Amino acid sequence: MLSNYEVFKLLTDLKEQRKDAGKSKHSPGQQDLNTIMYETLKYLSKTPCSRQSPEIVREFLTTMMPQKLTKAEKLQLLNQRPQSAVEIQLMVEESEERLTEEQIEELIQTVAGILPGDPEQENAAAADAEMNEGAEQS
Amino acid sequence: MFVLVEMVDTVRTPPWCFHRQLNEAVAEELNKKLANKVVYNVGLCICLYDITKLEDSYIFPGDGASHTKVHFRFVVFHPFLEEILVGKIKYCSQEGVHVTMGFFDDILIPPESLQQPAKFDEAEQVWLWEYETDEGAHDLYMDQGEEIRFRVTDEVFVDTSPTGPAAAASDNAAQPGQSTSASAEESTEKKEAPYTLIGTICEPGLGLLSWWNN
Repeated sequence: MLSNYEVFKLLTDLKEQRKDAGKSKHSPGQQDLNTIMYETLKYLSKTPCSRQSPEIVREFLTTMMPQKLTKAEKLQLLNQRPQSAVEIQLMVEESEERLTEEQIEELIQTVAGILPGDPEQENAAAADAEMNEGAEQS
Repeated sequence: MFVLVEMVDTVRTPPWCFHRQLNEAVAEELNKKLANKVVYNVGLCICLYDITKLEDSYIFPGDGASHTKVHFRFVVFHPFLEEILVGKIKYCSQEGVHVTMGFFDDILIPPESLQQPAKFDEAEQVWLWEYETDEGAHDLYMDQGEEIRFRVTDEVFVDTSPTGPAAAASDNAAQPGQSTSASAEESTEKKEAPYTLIGTICEPGLGLLSWWNN
């Protein structure tokens, strides 16, 4: 199984390589490859994997080791970066039996801490928080 | 979402490519053959990951090209069952909600797997979820272009290899008086998608992202 980050990196490297190659990429045979690369890169660049690096992935997996999650569950957490308990319950099977509420909260914190989030989303959240504080003060 | 699949194939390198490195020529041929294509019971092939083994190249009489048996690994889109994916709603129909991920389009969420109770609005051709709270019922529409989170429940592979002339001839023979209608049927025959995913959004947390973001 591959993580989204690995596929993202492979496709970006391939794109760089093909840019250098020049004219061969527009031949009719290469059209399928161009299409699939373009669409997949477009999809993946909007997911959390576009902001990850090998070090981040390694750190995430080492932190996740004591948690006793299956490979598929860790992969989903890495690819989707869940931010709420509901999302974690979707990705981890029988989470009510295997994890306590504190552990779920801890998981959310680890995920949010190690995996970089969407800067736009975080700026919007920070702006909301500032507005709320301003409203409370006045 | 993506898996690495080991495959073996014989690649034909035409003589005008002999000046290139064998690795590059073979990689280009493999990508040309498999990228953006569905392999039966494997998945949608994306791109070549690496070449693990190149065996000896042979030239056969009558053909100037060299044939090389290649062992390689290909990146394939093949989500595992129960995986959570995020896509966009392409359109809604009586069959359910059609979801696309950009590079892969044939994802269907049938009506029984929508958040219940669900209703199909004929006028706007859109499915909606009749969400009831203490304050009353809200109709949550599943509009086109909205991001939707779903779980993969099933995958369907259809072998779309051409059937050949024998099948077509037997169809025509069976309906001698209606040969024109038979050919008309063939021309309007719908193309079957070789690989379809069936999904569900019938769980808390699934469905439009906007439904669950606080």
